[in-house]
Amino acid sequence: MEIVFEGKGELFQKPDIEEFRKFVRDKKNRAFSPKLMGEKEAVEKFIKDGDYIGFELYGTVRAPMSIVREIVRQGKKNLRLAGQGLMEIDFLLAADLVDTLDITYVGYEVLGLSPVLRRTCESGRVRVSEWSNAGMSWRFKATAMGVPFIPVRSMLGTDTFNYSAAKVVKCPFTGMKVCLLPALILDVGIIHVHKADEYGNCVIEGISGFAIEMARASKRLIVSAEEIVPAEEIRRYPERTCIPYFLVDAVVHAPFGSHPGEMAYLYERDEEHLKTMLQKFKTEEGTKEYLDEWIYSCKNHEDYLEKVGTKRLMELIKQKTGR
Amino acid sequence: MEYSKTELMICVASRLMEDYSTCFIGTGIPMLAASLAQKTHAPNLIPIFEFGGIGAILEKLPRAVGEARTFYKALCATGICDIMETAQRGFIDYGFLGGAQIDPYGNLNTTVIGEHKKPKVRLPGSGGGNDVGSLCWRTIIIMKHEKKRFLPKVDFITTPGYLTGPDAREKAGLPEETGPYRVVTDLAVLDFDEKTKKMRLISLHPGVKLEDVLKNTGFELLIKEPLEETKHPTEEELIILREEVDKEGYYIKK
Repeated sequence: MEIVFEGKGELFQKPDIEEFRKFVRDKKNRAFSPKLMGEKEAVEKFIKDGDYIGFELYGTVRAPMSIVREIVRQGKKNLRLAGQGLMEIDFLLAADLVDTLDITYVGYEVLGLSPVLRRTCESGRVRVSEWSNAGMSWRFKATAMGVPFIPVRSMLGTDTFNYSAAKVVKCPFTGMKVCLLPALILDVGIIHVHKADEYGNCVIEGISGFAIEMARASKRLIVSAEEIVPAEEIRRYPERTCIPYFLVDAVVHAPFGSHPGEMAYLYERDEEHLKTMLQKFKTEEGTKEYLDEWIYSCKNHEDYLEKVGTKRLMELIKQKTGR
Repeated sequence: MEYSKTELMICVASRLMEDYSTCFIGTGIPMLAASLAQKTHAPNLIPIFEFGGIGAILEKLPRAVGEARTFYKALCATGICDIMETAQRGFIDYGFLGGAQIDPYGNLNTTVIGEHKKPKVRLPGSGGGNDVGSLCWRTIIIMKHEKKRFLPKVDFITTPGYLTGPDAREKAGLPEETGPYRVVTDLAVLDFDEKTKKMRLISLHPGVKLEDVLKNTGFELLIKEPLEETKHPTEEELIILREEVDKEGYYIKK
């Protein structure tokens, strides 16, 4: 195939799909082993300095914040990130743990730009390649399919393409130009779900975002769940399982795990907390204060929730968008 | 009834949303326009949100493209790959987007102001913007009309308009017969000249003079003759917008 154009962005993670297959063969356990553990153990065990990691979902929605806060507490360094998330990326940037960013979008939509992302990028502190949201999700899809790239019709003709590591080729069947996206293989994927059993079979309610693809594109997968359910419940409704256990390495019980974000059908996002947080993030000093108050001074997720307070949490349940 | 420029912009965008059309709704103003359309002339508008919501009833204004309000009483709650592939297959009629900068060909910048490596301002990035502008049949852009936003050349083409002019989209490999259709601003409505693919003024909002638009545009505008006047918002539109669409006052200050 003739390469017509090449993005000049850096390719931060090699799409080595053969190595991924062998990893899956040799390192992914097929036994029904209980994988329940605390966030401390999960992060210690599965995340190393320099790893390429990714989070799901997007914005303030179904965000695995209890795991992110633990990564910050443990100070994992030089992380490389798939920047399709928001608060997760922002927290890790705020704590200065990130070295490399494949970015699609980091901002707070109605609440405005991310002051942390602005400071980080405007100082040239991290290496950045650009992608679109579909682009990033399709890169996960390529890995999920077990192929090294995927042809798509997005990103063509733009600077988003020029600053990515994608390539344009002529389709050998039709002659039309298509954009090839390299498969993205995560060292560690982190996903927050509604329900999981102790082996890691997961149920998500509402939209699935890119959980299905990302779970299948991760060498190691940490799942946090609002609720741990018996394995029999999974077997009773197997059509609801979107992540089967063998993809999962750690299951962490995390009620209100998305706070200050939301969880569909369970609780609303904490608008007040988010606004105060963004106010603090405006300065380096305020950022430090926020991290001290809400992360470093909390021992664990339980401690954090105690700080948020039952009254507030109950209000968030009341405010939720129902069915 | 008196109204603000933002309210007018939302009403005009909303009128472009047809009943029974599939509309890819980006974050911000497009969400208000879609909600208003559903509550007025287009009760069967199918709003599509990038992370999986199809056909929600927009009772409460979504503040984020993935939140529960984007699939409230929806027809389908799926995922981003399915949504984007639906657009790539040609099922999405309109894409509604905002932007920080725009050029005469409707190319949008939401990535950086200044150099990419060490930008003056780092903006959020493409998000789904590039995909919407690449894959939907018609893109409708909603943004403030200011000289610093309407530029001869944008600092970074995040989302494709007509790129460098006629045939450029097709030459780049983008789907045929797609591209920007309208630009709705707080001063006017614009379209794109069929031959040159350059932006053209077609309608002035009530009370806005031609000079106001020219003064706030950083490049030479084509002008359609005769120039139309945009219909002002009806009382019904304004009341619904204020009391139902954005009752929490995120965009419309009380």
